[in-house]
Amino acid sequence: MTHTLSALVKNRPRVLARVAGLFARRDFNIESLAVSTTEDPAISRMSIAVDAAGTPLEQVRKQLEKLHDVVTVIDHTDHAVVERELCMLKVNVPPSQRAEVSALTDIFRGDIIDIGNGTLIVQCIGGTDKVDAFIENFAPYGIVELVRTGKVVLARGSQKT
Amino acid sequence: MNQEMINGAHGILRVLEEEGVDIVFGYPGGHVIPIFDALYDSKIKNILPRHEQGAAHAADGYARSTGRVGVCMATSGPGALNLVTGLATAYMDSVPIVAMTGQVKTNMVGKDSFQEADTTGVTIPVTKHNYLVTDPAELLDIFREAFYLARTGRPGPVLVDVPSDLSGGQVPWTERNIEALDGYEEPKAVDDELIRRAAQMIEQAEKPILLVGGGVIAANACDNLFKLATKCNIGVVHTLMGKGAFPETHELSMGMPGMHGMAYASLALQNSDLMVVIGARFDDRITGDLARFAPDASVVHIDIDAAEIDKVRPVTIGICADASDVLEKLVPTCKARNKGPWEEQLFEWRRTHPLTYPTPEEGIAPQYVVEQVYELTGGRAIVATEVGQNQMWAAQYYKIDRPRRFLSSGGLGTMGYGFPAAIGAQIGNPDDLVIDIAGDGSIQMNQQELTTASINKLPVKIVILDNSYLGMVRQWQELFHGNRLSGVDLTGNPDFVKLAEAHGGVGLRCTDPDKVRETIEQGLEVADRPVVMDFVVNKVENVFPFIPAGQSVDEIMLEPPKRGD
Repeated sequence: MTHTLSALVKNRPRVLARVAGLFARRDFNIESLAVSTTEDPAISRMSIAVDAAGTPLEQVRKQLEKLHDVVTVIDHTDHAVVERELCMLKVNVPPSQRAEVSALTDIFRGDIIDIGNGTLIVQCIGGTDKVDAFIENFAPYGIVELVRTGKVVLARGSQKT
Repeated sequence: MNQEMINGAHGILRVLEEEGVDIVFGYPGGHVIPIFDALYDSKIKNILPRHEQGAAHAADGYARSTGRVGVCMATSGPGALNLVTGLATAYMDSVPIVAMTGQVKTNMVGKDSFQEADTTGVTIPVTKHNYLVTDPAELLDIFREAFYLARTGRPGPVLVDVPSDLSGGQVPWTERNIEALDGYEEPKAVDDELIRRAAQMIEQAEKPILLVGGGVIAANACDNLFKLATKCNIGVVHTLMGKGAFPETHELSMGMPGMHGMAYASLALQNSDLMVVIGARFDDRITGDLARFAPDASVVHIDIDAAEIDKVRPVTIGICADASDVLEKLVPTCKARNKGPWEEQLFEWRRTHPLTYPTPEEGIAPQYVVEQVYELTGGRAIVATEVGQNQMWAAQYYKIDRPRRFLSSGGLGTMGYGFPAAIGAQIGNPDDLVIDIAGDGSIQMNQQELTTASINKLPVKIVILDNSYLGMVRQWQELFHGNRLSGVDLTGNPDFVKLAEAHGGVGLRCTDPDKVRETIEQGLEVADRPVVMDFVVNKVENVFPFIPAGQSVDEIMLEPPKRGD
């Protein structure tokens, strides 16, 4: 089971090194990490997904809070949240199979965003399960390259992220 | 508005003066020359060590013994990297230090310039926070912030890396007041409800015990601890870092538990039904096997660092606040309590499991040396230790009655810490007697600082328990590796008497148990230079009691296993 922590951090040099170093030093495992700007240019957001079974979440949260460049950390375990990640696949697709692949892409409400000589790049946005399923369904065609962003999260309603 | 401009180095020293700094421990080099230039006509005095590690430990010893922020300084690259062990030592033991390091000029950073190292990168894991200053407008406020971070909350070392074009150039003089910092948690107000519940648990406990650590000393909470212990008649055990938080000669002092602690202290913890833990963090040297550690005890844990609560041992009540504030409220809330059968049991254990050591057939017992140092100094010295057997014997046989009088690398276990820390303590406490209890291995790790002590006329006393072995490792090899001694024989040590003399100090050697007191007395008389007292002790003496790593008090070894067992 994956849990997501949202950390607001100061937009300063080395803040990523501090957070990553803390995870390494305390033997906490990061499953994915996405860093982005926020509505405040001085603050960045880190969305950190960890394996809840192997990681003492509360300890992670407290240790992160101790970093001077970390402003707040919220554990979203008990919150209603919207989680998304973006995945792009470069798949082996001869022209004869384009229609079939296009239909498959539609099922995932994805997009074909590039056509090359024998390859396509398809994109999908969704929760982790959906993205996993997307990749699984394209695997038989032969995935040449794959990239996914890691999970980003916003809490629903008035709950802060 | 006309912004007042000031030379960066002069500005830094002005901020240091604002912070009450009058001593720094600094070693020069290319990229701190501007700062040394400013020191030339500053009220702040620099103590020049002979190695940057000595500077860091001296600042640490100064800080631990005075309660003020210690300041050390080194140049870029190798100078800064030589501070790292000292910073890590201070970080593990929560000691407030501000370290200033020179860095190559801003436009040379990242170019593999001469004497460039990624100082802030290297020191992230061993500092509370660090800064690489890149904007002249931020230089002085960063120093103010560094002092604030070092001394508030859970104290710790903070490093500021200053490119030499900033220290040597003009910067705006700023006067920002460092108060609430974004992202920095101020100590929380004490929750009255938690205090009430904690007091209730103490009242209801049949077998309560106080476990106190270095946090009590850091919070200046020792007077309130004394009030709590004596009002409620609760026995007090202390960690190595908590030594001196409660007077060890007091009836309620139940000693130090754990790996090399007193058996009665370990028994007291193990059999308690309530541990009130203040400023301590359940280090593995205290707990041994966690699963079997004090199985019947509920825990009230008071710590300023929220991450310590529930980190190792789950608590019943966790109070995250300044220990002094917590005790201020807890003492009047707790009902007075009389000693009962549990306390009788504690005192009985103390009577039946005293610290003992055999009188060796050959040579001097090292424990005897520490015991005599204690007696002849009336327990009034500031004691620094190195790491290993010497550290444990010092902890066992030199009782400390006041806080900030026992300086030891508890968390990191840094050999070579004690002597430079003693130098820092002597400078911070010029009228006090300062003694470093050392081993013949540890002292060689920073023996170059003998010169620092000599030229500054510091009468630091170094007591070497000289067994020509790395004794603690030898002890493990004897007990757990079939006495296959590997890499521990220090035969060929320098002549420590001549070594002391070569550095301008006094050297004394003692090989006769009957001359131990005489030698100590002689050493104590020297008032204007360091003294090395080389006690040639029984080579194979071991530290007992001994709870082997990862085991519990059930496996405690009170004396050496019989040969052939």
